[in-house]
Amino acid sequence: MKSITAEDISKTYRRGKESITALHPVSFSVDRGELFGCIGPDGAGKTSLIRILATLLLPDSGKATVDGLDIHRDLAAIRKRVGYMPGRFSLYQDLSVEENLRFFATIFNTTVEKNQHLIRDIYAQLAPFAHRPAGKLSGGMKQKLALCCALIHEPSVLFLDEPTTGVDAVSRKEFWEMLHTLRQRGITILVSTPYMDEAGRCDRVALVQDGRFLRVDTPQGLTHQYPKRVLAVKGEDMYLLLQTLKQEASVEIAYPFGEYHHVVIADDVPMDGAYWQKFGVREVQRIEPDIEDCFILEMHQRQTNT
Amino acid sequence: MNQQASDAIVARSLSKRFGDFTAVDRITFSVKKGEIFGFLGANGAGKTTAMRMLCGLSKPSSGEASVAGYDVYTQPEKIKQRIGYMSQKFSLYEDLTVEENIRFYAGIYGLTLTDIRKKTTDLLKRLHLTDERRNLVRELPPGWKQKLAFSIALIHRPDIVFLDEPTGGVDPLTRREFWEMIYEAARGGTTVFATTHYMDEAEYCNRVSIMVDGHIAAMGTPAELKQQYTATGMNEVFLQLARQATRQAD
Repeated sequence: MKSITAEDISKTYRRGKESITALHPVSFSVDRGELFGCIGPDGAGKTSLIRILATLLLPDSGKATVDGLDIHRDLAAIRKRVGYMPGRFSLYQDLSVEENLRFFATIFNTTVEKNQHLIRDIYAQLAPFAHRPAGKLSGGMKQKLALCCALIHEPSVLFLDEPTTGVDAVSRKEFWEMLHTLRQRGITILVSTPYMDEAGRCDRVALVQDGRFLRVDTPQGLTHQYPKRVLAVKGEDMYLLLQTLKQEASVEIAYPFGEYHHVVIADDVPMDGAYWQKFGVREVQRIEPDIEDCFILEMHQRQTNT
Repeated sequence: MNQQASDAIVARSLSKRFGDFTAVDRITFSVKKGEIFGFLGANGAGKTTAMRMLCGLSKPSSGEASVAGYDVYTQPEKIKQRIGYMSQKFSLYEDLTVEENIRFYAGIYGLTLTDIRKKTTDLLKRLHLTDERRNLVRELPPGWKQKLAFSIALIHRPDIVFLDEPTGGVDPLTRREFWEMIYEAARGGTTVFATTHYMDEAEYCNRVSIMVDGHIAAMGTPAELKQQYTATGMNEVFLQLARQATRQAD
């Protein structure tokens, strides 16, 4: 059974004469127990989508269901079954860790004790700060508390809006490990993130840009179907090399990638060192593209088509 | 203190204590002119405190440091004139137009009226923002804001520009265009001192340092660090080091 379905969901915001389309008609579905990631930059429409599915915002058009319930008709029922963690820290800053948790449990007519099993592992890390005001926690700890509060009523679907933004690499890693544990319990998770490297941790991902889903697939599916060849190159003067590569006709796209530049080429372009040497390349190797390469290619193709 | 003419930033045993808590614990390093230096560390490792001292915003508890040749204890105002600063959280006034933001910052840094007029025109042209010059900054796409903020941080031709997590939340193409701007500035002789949570960006830096619990736990070129920690990427280096932290991030 599908846990989330969306059919031609769209949203445009209007202010005076200005209008901004946050979502062009978007359709997708998420299976029960699936960890689905919406990957894209700020302003791509991720938050609007999550808010629509969490019944906090009405779409201009389209239909959607969460846990089999209609987002237009069954608001109250949906809200009981979903956990929502907004992008901005929205707990009570002047309540302690423990008080926040009790507060959210009470709102949902339950108790912290009753659902202890769901949050035990996560809460273990928060326990030493049980009496600290939530506002005085570190970024990583705030996120863990927010996740606990979103879980306390035993939701079947979790909506997490950029839970790892601004959090350091260690806390990010821990957070994803928690999501995997929750998924194993059968909870459906829809998570958004601007970090491309987190795509690999999802069962399926949507690449989101300018209110559109560019692609929806498993992370492996996306990288395996990459239609071109990618080379990683290095030279003495990396800045100059990039400028040269950008001018070169046999290069479709060239961009910095860590200590290398990535060069996207068509099948008939040679890959040997001798060919690339004349552009100032000292080291060249063919590589498997990752999600970021996929995203860049999709963006590039869109830009050249319009 | 001894300083090589080629150094833009020098810190020796620089420390900052708040009561009995040592936020920055005797850090020693130097950054060469025109270098892109990545200043990494987990949340709470002491990066922001260190950066505030180097920007002349916070007095160190002990140790020495000079920035652009000026002493952080005695010449913080001189330092402020010679540096640019940009962060993702705060840089531009959202309720001022593109043009007003440029003029405002140029004015603050004491550029002459003729200079301001010229710089404004140049900058708008270079960023392809001439048609948007009367639009509020709040209406710009995040990537454009970032490029504008960076250009404005350079408007007074500072010796050093401090970038505090400058690239969060933008698409991968814009993020790269932004790094190309950073490369370009460094080639023009501006020293770049940057913090980031994107470990792949650490690889664009000439050198990086990684702070753990207030001290610098590792420093070197990305290639050196990866070799030293037998890691394939900077993310791995970072995780290995950051796991040693005992301090609770705050």
